[in-house]
Amino acid sequence: MSFINKPKIAKLDLPRNDLGLTRRDYEGAMSTLCAGCGHDSVTAAIIEAVWDLSIAPEQLAKLSGIGCSSKTTAYFVSGAHGFNSVHGRMPSIASGASAANRELYYLGVSGDGDSLSIGFGQLAHAIRRNVNMLYICENNGVYGLTKGQFSAAADVGSVTKKGEANKQSPIDPALTALTLGGTFVARSFSGDKKQLVPLIKAGLNHKGFALIDVLSPCVTFNDHEGSTKSYAYVRNHFEEAVHADYIPLRNEITTDYANDASITLHDGSHIRLHKVDQDYDPTSRAHAMEYLRSKQVEGQYVTGLLYVDPSSKDFHEVNETSKRALNQIPYAKLTPGSKALDKILGRYR
Amino acid sequence: MQQSTEVTRIERVNDFVIKLANVNGTGSASANTLLMKTVFRMGVPVIGKNYFPSNIQGLPTWYEIRVTKDGYMARSGRVDIMVAMNAETYAKDIREVSSGGYLLYDSSWPRPTLLKRDDITILGVPLSQMCNDNFQGVRARMLLKNIMYAGVLAALLDLDVNIMKELLTDTYGSKKSLLDSNVKALEMGFNYAKEHLNCSLPMRIERLDNTKGHIMVDGNTTAALGCLYAGATVGAWYPITPSTSLMDAFKSFCQKWRVNAETGERNYAIIQAEDELAAIGMVIGAAWNGARAFTPTSGPGISLMGEFVGLAYYAEIPAVIFDVQRVGPSTGMPTRTQQCDIMAAAYASHGDTKHVLLFPANPEECFYLAAQSFDLAERLQTPVFVLQDLDIGMNDWMCADLKWDDNYKPDRGKVMSKEDLDKIEKFWRYYDHDGDGIPYRTLPGVSAKGAFFTRGSGHNQYGGYTEDSHDYQIVVDRLKRKFDTAKKLVPKAIIQGRGDNKIGIVSVGSCDGAVAEAIDILKRRGQHVDYLRVRAFPFGEEVESFLASHEQIFVVEQNRDAQLKSLLILETAVEKSKLYSVLHYSGLPLPASFVVDGISKVLEDEEPRRALKSVNG
Repeated sequence: MSFINKPKIAKLDLPRNDLGLTRRDYEGAMSTLCAGCGHDSVTAAIIEAVWDLSIAPEQLAKLSGIGCSSKTTAYFVSGAHGFNSVHGRMPSIASGASAANRELYYLGVSGDGDSLSIGFGQLAHAIRRNVNMLYICENNGVYGLTKGQFSAAADVGSVTKKGEANKQSPIDPALTALTLGGTFVARSFSGDKKQLVPLIKAGLNHKGFALIDVLSPCVTFNDHEGSTKSYAYVRNHFEEAVHADYIPLRNEITTDYANDASITLHDGSHIRLHKVDQDYDPTSRAHAMEYLRSKQVEGQYVTGLLYVDPSSKDFHEVNETSKRALNQIPYAKLTPGSKALDKILGRYR
Repeated sequence: MQQSTEVTRIERVNDFVIKLANVNGTGSASANTLLMKTVFRMGVPVIGKNYFPSNIQGLPTWYEIRVTKDGYMARSGRVDIMVAMNAETYAKDIREVSSGGYLLYDSSWPRPTLLKRDDITILGVPLSQMCNDNFQGVRARMLLKNIMYAGVLAALLDLDVNIMKELLTDTYGSKKSLLDSNVKALEMGFNYAKEHLNCSLPMRIERLDNTKGHIMVDGNTTAALGCLYAGATVGAWYPITPSTSLMDAFKSFCQKWRVNAETGERNYAIIQAEDELAAIGMVIGAAWNGARAFTPTSGPGISLMGEFVGLAYYAEIPAVIFDVQRVGPSTGMPTRTQQCDIMAAAYASHGDTKHVLLFPANPEECFYLAAQSFDLAERLQTPVFVLQDLDIGMNDWMCADLKWDDNYKPDRGKVMSKEDLDKIEKFWRYYDHDGDGIPYRTLPGVSAKGAFFTRGSGHNQYGGYTEDSHDYQIVVDRLKRKFDTAKKLVPKAIIQGRGDNKIGIVSVGSCDGAVAEAIDILKRRGQHVDYLRVRAFPFGEEVESFLASHEQIFVVEQNRDAQLKSLLILETAVEKSKLYSVLHYSGLPLPASFVVDGISKVLEDEEPRRALKSVNG
């Protein structure tokens, strides 16, 4: 974790991943968020997932907008390039970056203000475009950096620290993604690392846009009674529908349980699903939407892997982009040359 | 420009203007292009200006063809032959014809009351009648009426009908029945005119050999070609008139030249964004990753891109933005031309920001400056605006053949490779190692050692977050030094004239044709002037010295608020009182007469004062 200053002395017995790197090699700068912030737990889960997947730090690109959540990209994997862009516009940076270099892992971190208000349009279109990236929405229902205003994710009746009740209906990022054709939609809770880490791993390996809505309580402005995004409320209204485990290609699936199903991703890796609710079908968009809505009415947050389309075609497949990253193509292959120019000009004579 | 007030038969061989008044959406564009290209192929210099409405069908539209043996590339301002095909605008159209000129109209419905002018000649041809008698289908009749008036004009102007047929074959070659009906309509118009009208007119075409080595093309097409040749791989955009055809052209060039014939894989990505904010974000994201990326837009798009442009400036990420300027403010007149975004682009975004601007004057320069804009953006790690306008971007100009140097190597700027990084102890993103204000950058994926955190928030010269005043200032002061370096890298202004005249003209972009013509007219009147055309901002030393060495300087530009003049006052040492504005902002392209009149008026007003000054000693 990156919120306690630790000496940079390598301990010999730290576990190493396939690249010989320890978790410490995936840490970032010290967190400047409030002590106990849910976002720091998400950061820890990201470090765990990226380390465990043995992704080389430089193969990751970290992208964010503005807000508490967006700051966190500085707090993990300092060996990866990071881009803290402008408020609500990270999806367009990610779209362009991914267009230029399809070979990196793109991890975007945003919040409910950045995603659902100022950046709602860009989020919607990145989902629609199926940009190959993992988008984590650290959802706490408030604007933290500007000191506690409601966000568009605040539930009706949820109360601010000052006692004001929200009267406008919330935007649910998971339902939104399902509506817009999102090909990987999950929800989790910052306090549930066991659930969150495999989701991050699966999301990073999903080909296309993977959204994880992570309920991540704000200890300073939204952790009181009357808030529906407090630790206490989320813990009590948290219903896991499907537990997903991500199994990389190199690992064999050795066990099978009655409630388990397995989904194969494009690269041959698997998502193993342990269905808590037997009837839940995470490959049916219609079913997922209906289920989420029915639980929403009951005030429940359905979590887990809510929907996945393993045959999803990402932006590059639709565009038929060169397999080689565009930024790697030598200039000689990009210019038609002077002879061709004469030919082109023929049309204009 | 002298205009006669009597009906006199003045010979105007290879030097006249045809204006065609049509209804939008009736297919007149192909007939008008046919006429223009025929003149061009007959070796006579010609330009075309399209005045079209912000509409798909039904509103009036005009096309102006200037035949110009002297090769003047500006709108003339006069009309010698009006082809009045839109009954709704007859009254306006007839008023515009210069004395001694002609008006051709569809006499299927005679209009004796409307067509009253004694100093011009009215020519009637029953075009609709002939189309109805000879062709089937409402659509075909409407379209072929245009080709028919082209045939009439061919007879009146001595156009080479064989060339016209050649051009029709180029267009419809594969569709035999379409080609046949077009040729038939052309011949019917031609024959009718030969039989019933007094051919040819005093305004007519005689073959010359002055268009060899030239093409007829618009600036959006050539800018797109510049992007193709510069190796741009990512284009992001949101449709907006008048820039849309730039991306359309880029797409069609890419489909031809950037697709692997065997695999079908594309060496490009064109993303139609959800808005201009996203379009520029995609460009910045792609350029951050080392791809050459660009977005074409117009004024409203520039306004929307403001925040991101500031980020690219401060975080030092290349971006190429084509602003095909149109009439503002707000939505303005989207299909009319202006140079009204100069200030908005120069200082786009909040905070202390300044941007590199390039000002092409014609489609030929659009090609070269488009290519150069990527070199500058990557060398300087900053956004570069290419300020075109609708007149350059969408009208067909005659310009010299474009040339490409196969030895061209893209200037990717100071990008450190993994090997470079291995040699250094630590990578500092915003450190001025070379004293030119330009730091080194790395691309994502290179190595963990080269990783840094890009941010629009305060940062120190090592790339770390800061709220420290001193550290902040080190970076913004260096950015200022970088802008000084830009001065030396951007294309120099073009200076014409003896250099020792007291009067100078400073102008920009598409004003060039009109200014060049105006200078000739003034010269014939005994008034000699020097001329500087800026091609970039920041202004180089040559601009400073031109301003310093002339006593009276006319700044000719196409906006109301004298934006170029303002920028000169702000960014050079020029004495404000030396600068006089000639401002054209009607939305139509600038004619030479406007420049001549604007300058003459000031000079005449000043004559008595000067005389007095010299008497007083």
